[in-house]
Parts: sequence; structure tokens; C-alpha cells
Amino acid sequence: MSTFTAINNRLKFAAKSTQELFYFSVRMIAALFFRKTYFSETLEQMYTIGYGSLYLILLTGVFAGEGFALAFAHELGDFGAKNYLGRIMAIAILRELGPVLTGLMFAARVASSITAEIGAMKSSQQLDAMTAFGIDPIAKIAVPRMVALILMLPALTIICDAIALLGGWLIAVYLAHVSSNIYWSAVMERMVFGNLFMGILKPIAFSFVIAFIACYFGFNSRGGTKGVGQATTNSVVACSISILIVNFLITKFVSDYLKGYM
Amino acid sequence: MIQLRSVSFAYGEKQVLQGVSFSVDDGEAVAIMGPSGSGKSTILRLILGLENASDGEVIVDGHDIGKLRESKRRQIRKNIGMVFQEGALFDSLTVGENVGYYLLEHSKLKWEEIDQRACRMLGEVGLNCDEVIDLLPEQLSGGMRRRVAIGRALLSTDPTIMLYDEPTTGLDPRSTHNILGLIEQLHREKNLSTVVVTHQIADAIAIADRYVVIIDGHMVFDGSLDELRDSRDPKVLSFLAPFRASVTGVIESRLSDVVAQNESESPQEES
Repeated sequence: MSTFTAINNRLKFAAKSTQELFYFSVRMIAALFFRKTYFSETLEQMYTIGYGSLYLILLTGVFAGEGFALAFAHELGDFGAKNYLGRIMAIAILRELGPVLTGLMFAARVASSITAEIGAMKSSQQLDAMTAFGIDPIAKIAVPRMVALILMLPALTIICDAIALLGGWLIAVYLAHVSSNIYWSAVMERMVFGNLFMGILKPIAFSFVIAFIACYFGFNSRGGTKGVGQATTNSVVACSISILIVNFLITKFVSDYLKGYM
Repeated sequence: MIQLRSVSFAYGEKQVLQGVSFSVDDGEAVAIMGPSGSGKSTILRLILGLENASDGEVIVDGHDIGKLRESKRRQIRKNIGMVFQEGALFDSLTVGENVGYYLLEHSKLKWEEIDQRACRMLGEVGLNCDEVIDLLPEQLSGGMRRRVAIGRALLSTDPTIMLYDEPTTGLDPRSTHNILGLIEQLHREKNLSTVVVTHQIADAIAIADRYVVIIDGHMVFDGSLDELRDSRDPKVLSFLAPFRASVTGVIESRLSDVVAQNESESPQEES
């Protein structure tokens, strides 16, 4: 097979997969509105996804905030601008670090578990059994996970933001010797509509990205245990890359509309 | 009644079935045999409407199921019980929840009532309800899992058609014997149209009235056990070669059963 043919086949496969992913996403949205709602499954998923990820998000937030504050405290110190640390922390964490880090942690922990779980159900024909019993597996399995993600990812992003700002405060006060009042007043100065809106919009967008991709890879896994493993890896990679791309696009295009509010 | 008319099916570029035609009458038991990977299980998926034929028609209860909308397919599936390979039990649910799954999802019955019905059904498939109802599928043996799957299919849909995909694969001889006995008994007592997919000829002979042989996606035989034994088709012969002794042996034992049964019935008729 020539290199050209190989590239051509690869591109065709990517185009076909994207098309299938789009169609699958439309089916998930349609099932959300037009199929039976599974409340108990949704609550169970909220607990698994939300509470189950809390510890990870707390650790991520505190260490990311401390690391970021430490790096910037040194740089700002060189210019005698340590008092601006709170402003920089607020902007960076609310708009970028908080949503992206939480999104990536969810991609690693939640997307992998969703894909592996659905993939295992597919390979043991449990999804077929559901269909045979008149139950739509997308409504029963995928939609509760999507709803749980839409509710829990923004909530945990807010927690991650708060913990990261707290981590930054520790560094600011005890290592950079910035007064606590100055740090928090600088943070509050940047708690404006534009930054807060961006900080909520992004996790909502990421939750859709993770739900669509993770469920799609699970429902389309093939080849038994090895296939489920491969689908899980692909799912985490695709979710992580997509989160970074969506983050860039939102920052680029939504920022223009919110200029006056930032 | 089930009819397949010139059915072809492909997974992507891989042709799985080509021009397959046969029918299953009401109350008839048909075994679909063939080597692994020959497309047997795909036929069950087509009958159930889980896949769409790329060519031809799959008629179930007078409807071409491949051309129906999902809501209409669900109506037809209510008449079909399916026992998947290795059971396909929901591994996060208990045995009782598995058996009562359909009622839990589709009826407004109270859990106590569903639990009672599940318990009765477990008894019907030869399991001790009190011992197994709260167990998880992973705690069951292979044979018990198949029984639970059969019970789930029966309680779910109150079927007129039962489909079994390799119901004895991976079971020890004793469990195989028991499961085949259960399938045969359900077929006889409930007058179900039964389709069993298997690559074990002994299993097929124990259950079926008629035999369909699929090799490499092509149907190479459709007929009775005697016709199967007498077939001179090279593909059928090559498939049967390893089992020739068992085919002949089972036919002889069946014939002697029939003769013995006739002899025992004759004096009663006379009296």
C-alpha cells in the first residue's frame, strides 16, 4: 500500500468517524428530550461522576493554584508587582486553568470509565439485550451520564477554581509575603461577569464533548476485551484533544463578544 | 411465523450472509447449524431487528422487520424471547432484577409483585428461587446463568417465538443436557416457534424438527434429520464428517424411541 493510499484511507476513516459521532450526538440529544427519563440512573451517575471525582479535583486545584502562584510570584517580584498576583490568578484560573484542568481530569477519570463500562456491556451483549426488551440503550445508558456530566462538571470546576485560588493565597501570603487583603481584593476585582461567564460556559461545553465522545467510543467498541481497551484509550485521547481545541475556540470567539465585561 | 427471503448481510465490506432463504412455521423448532463465523448468529440478530439486511426480506409475524421504525419493531419484539450467547445478563443487577427487568421497565407493578413473578419463573426454569434470587450473575455457574437468561426472556415478553444463540457453549455435559431438556420442554409445552443457533450437532438433534446448515454465509441445507443424514452435498458432508457417528447414533436411538412409544400406545388403543 502506497503512503498516499494509507493517508487517503486514514482521512476517509476520520471523516466517517466524525460523521458517525455527529449522528450519535444528535441521537443522544433527541433521546434526552423524546425518550423516557431515567432519574435514578441519573442520580447514581451524578454521585459516581461528581462525588467520585471530588478528591481528584481538590488535589488538582490546590497544587495547580500553588504552582501557578509560585511561578508568577517570582516573575512579578522582579518588577515589584507582587500585588497583582491575585488579579493574574483570578483571570488565569477562572477563564483557563480551572475549566481546562477539570475537563482534562474528567477526560482521564470519567471518560475512560464511561467508555470502558459501555464497551464491556456491548461486548457481553447487554446493550443488545436491552434493545431486545424494548429499552433504548442510548436513553438508559448514555443520557443519564450526559446529564450527570452537564451538572457535575461545572460544579466541580467552581470547586476547583475556589481551591486553586486558595492555593494561590497560601503561596501569596506565606512565600511571596503579599498581604491577604491585597490578594483577595485583587482577586475580587477580576470576578466580573465576563470571566465568570467564560468559567461556566467552558465546563458546560466540555461536558457535552466528554459525554458524546466517551459514549460514542463505548457504543462502537469492537473486538472483545482488547477492543474495549483500545476504545478506552482512544476515548481519553479524543476527549483531551477536543477539550483543548474547544477551549481555544471559546477563548478566541467568545472573548470578542465579552470584551466589555472582562 | 418467520420467513427469510434471499437475505444478504454485510458488516462493512465483509459479506456475512448471501441469499439465505428459509422459514420457521408456528410451533416448529429449527436448528441453524454451521461452523463458527459462518453467519448463524447474524440470522438471529436480523430476526430480532437488531441489524438490517442489506438485501432481501426478514418477515416476522407478517412484517418485514428491517423496514419498520424502531417503535414498531419494539411491538414485534414483544412476541420474541431471545437468549443471547452466554446469557447477556445485566451484571450490576441481581438475578431477581434480571428476570423481572422487563416488568420493572415497562409495567407499573409493585416490586413485591415483580419479585414474586420472577421467583415463580426461576422455579419454572429449574432454579431454587430462595437460593439464587439475590445473587449477582458473576456468582452463578454457566448453566445457571443460561437458565436465568431463559427465565428473563420468558417473563419479559411472553413470547410466541424463542431464539437461542449457542445456548450450551461452554457448559459441562450435565448442564448441556439440562439446558437442552429445558428448551425442548418449553418448546413442547408452550408450543413456541423455536430457533436454535448452534455448532453442536448433538444439541440440534436433541431439539429441532428441521435443520438449516449455513457455511460461509451461504445456506447449503434445509431439511429433516433423515435428509441431512442422506445429503450428498460436499459442503454438508464436510461439515458433518466429524459428527457422522453421532448423527447416525441419534437417528437410530430416536427411531427406537418412536418404535417403543408406538408399541406402548397400541394396547391402549385396542382397549
